[in-house]
Amino acid sequence: MLKDILKILENDARATPKQIAVMTGMTQAEVTKTIKKAQDDRTILKYKAIINWDKAENEHVLAWIGVKLEPQKDVGFDSIAQHIYRYPQAKSVYLVSGTVDLLVMVTGKNNHEIADFVSQKLSHIDGVKETVTQFILKRYKEDGEVMESEEVVKRQAVVL
Amino acid sequence: MTTQSKTQKHRIQHISLRANAIQPSGIRKFFDLLSSIDGVISLGVGEPDYATPWHIRESAIESIEKGQTMYTSNSGMPELRKELARFLKNEYKVDYDPTSELLITVGCSEALDLTMRAIIDPGDEVIIPNPCFVAYGSCVTLAGGKPVHIPTYEVNNFEISAQDIEKYITNKTRAILIGYPSNPTGAVLSRQKLAEIAALAIKYDLTVISDEIYSKLVYGAEFTCFASLPGMKERTVFLGGFSKAYAMTGWRIGYAAAPKEIIAAMHKIHQYTMMCVSTMSQMAALEALKGDQDSVTEMVEDYNRRRQVMVKGLRDIGLTCYEPKGAFYCFPSIKCTGMTSEDFAEKLLSEEKVAVVPGSAFGKCGEGYIRCCYATSLADIEEALKRMGRFVKKNKK
Repeated sequence: MLKDILKILENDARATPKQIAVMTGMTQAEVTKTIKKAQDDRTILKYKAIINWDKAENEHVLAWIGVKLEPQKDVGFDSIAQHIYRYPQAKSVYLVSGTVDLLVMVTGKNNHEIADFVSQKLSHIDGVKETVTQFILKRYKEDGEVMESEEVVKRQAVVL
Repeated sequence: MTTQSKTQKHRIQHISLRANAIQPSGIRKFFDLLSSIDGVISLGVGEPDYATPWHIRESAIESIEKGQTMYTSNSGMPELRKELARFLKNEYKVDYDPTSELLITVGCSEALDLTMRAIIDPGDEVIIPNPCFVAYGSCVTLAGGKPVHIPTYEVNNFEISAQDIEKYITNKTRAILIGYPSNPTGAVLSRQKLAEIAALAIKYDLTVISDEIYSKLVYGAEFTCFASLPGMKERTVFLGGFSKAYAMTGWRIGYAAAPKEIIAAMHKIHQYTMMCVSTMSQMAALEALKGDQDSVTEMVEDYNRRRQVMVKGLRDIGLTCYEPKGAFYCFPSIKCTGMTSEDFAEKLLSEEKVAVVPGSAFGKCGEGYIRCCYATSLADIEEALKRMGRFVKKNKK
């Protein structure tokens, strides 16, 4: 039942316990309790909107930074990652397989801000051997949502 | 009017007696009204609100790019029939021979028409539970047969029983046509009820035509494929398709599975009237069967959520509503308003801009009901319910 609730909230964080109760056949009290528990144990971390900032005329630059690490004595990748994710500029941080070890999503007001972050902060962290910065030029799809929605297909209003 | 003068009249109009014998949809006025109003929320559709899953669309595009643009075998591409046979075996435990017992058709609709033309002689009666899909009766009539509509009622969850059917069997009865999950009621028959109909088919030596186009869309109920019941494969014409489960209504592709003699007869008619189903649609259907089925599961889960919202919403505004177990329709009663279903639908449209289909479109027994499709966004369902609530409150007797 938790999974049913999470699926609904993942798609629409504004769905109320009352609405979810109808959709799942649970009681409203059960839904509220399940959500509370999921929040408490951090299964649900936060409720957010997916925003197309380009439309809000907000200066906003994104970059994916691949980080190669040098394993250090007594210091695992986790603690290097922690060092990085404590910076608010780092929106997402993942340990990955392949040619780099960490992938860091960084946001800034402009290219300089991101360049500063990489050159002044990231590259000086102990254990960081090399960084590869990829600026995002256009966002097509994010979290399952297409940014510029495609032409809406019109259905016939009545079909028997 | 005597038969003689009736014949002459039709001859003058250059219209055949056969075409004259069927009625156009009785809600013509309604369609005209609908097209003249803006901002309508429609619960009047009979199709998924999803586009066909991308992997299916892509395979059709690729087939066009590769130049697969020729006719296929009349029966449908061998590879598709083979895959369909495998699918039917896995899904429903029925074994059909892909070369002689399957026919790929232009939607389930063509399969229905072919079935009637292949098995009905003039005057043969076909028993049909009512309310039912709009084409059933007319297909029987066009084939020269006589549809015998048997009423089903909300108190019985719109289910038909073998006892109900038996009362209508005469020496002219040739077949029973059932369509569960039902459009428009959403009713699903249990295995037990179907087994009783099966026993009846044996007792009176009848063919059963089972339209299972909505088989994938069931909610908390068990779906039983009629042909999978003991002894039924040899007397069942099993009709299915891709439209509802894979959101492929516009592709027009379905199928019939039946004993080889019936398929052979249907094949003859199909061969001369249709040749074959469009090749790209067959490529898409092949991908639908072979590919990942996750999108189907997700759509069904989503319909189920909206189903519960709509049932509760309709009940909350004061309408009685059977909880549908399949398809994507609710069929609430509007008898508390004292209006005919056509009046209700027309007024609701002009006063509150919500389109529903009057139950009377689905036969006499649909009078007093409306069909509301929940294959539309939750936001639209909630807004439509709000508007309908206002309308019912104002018009309740």
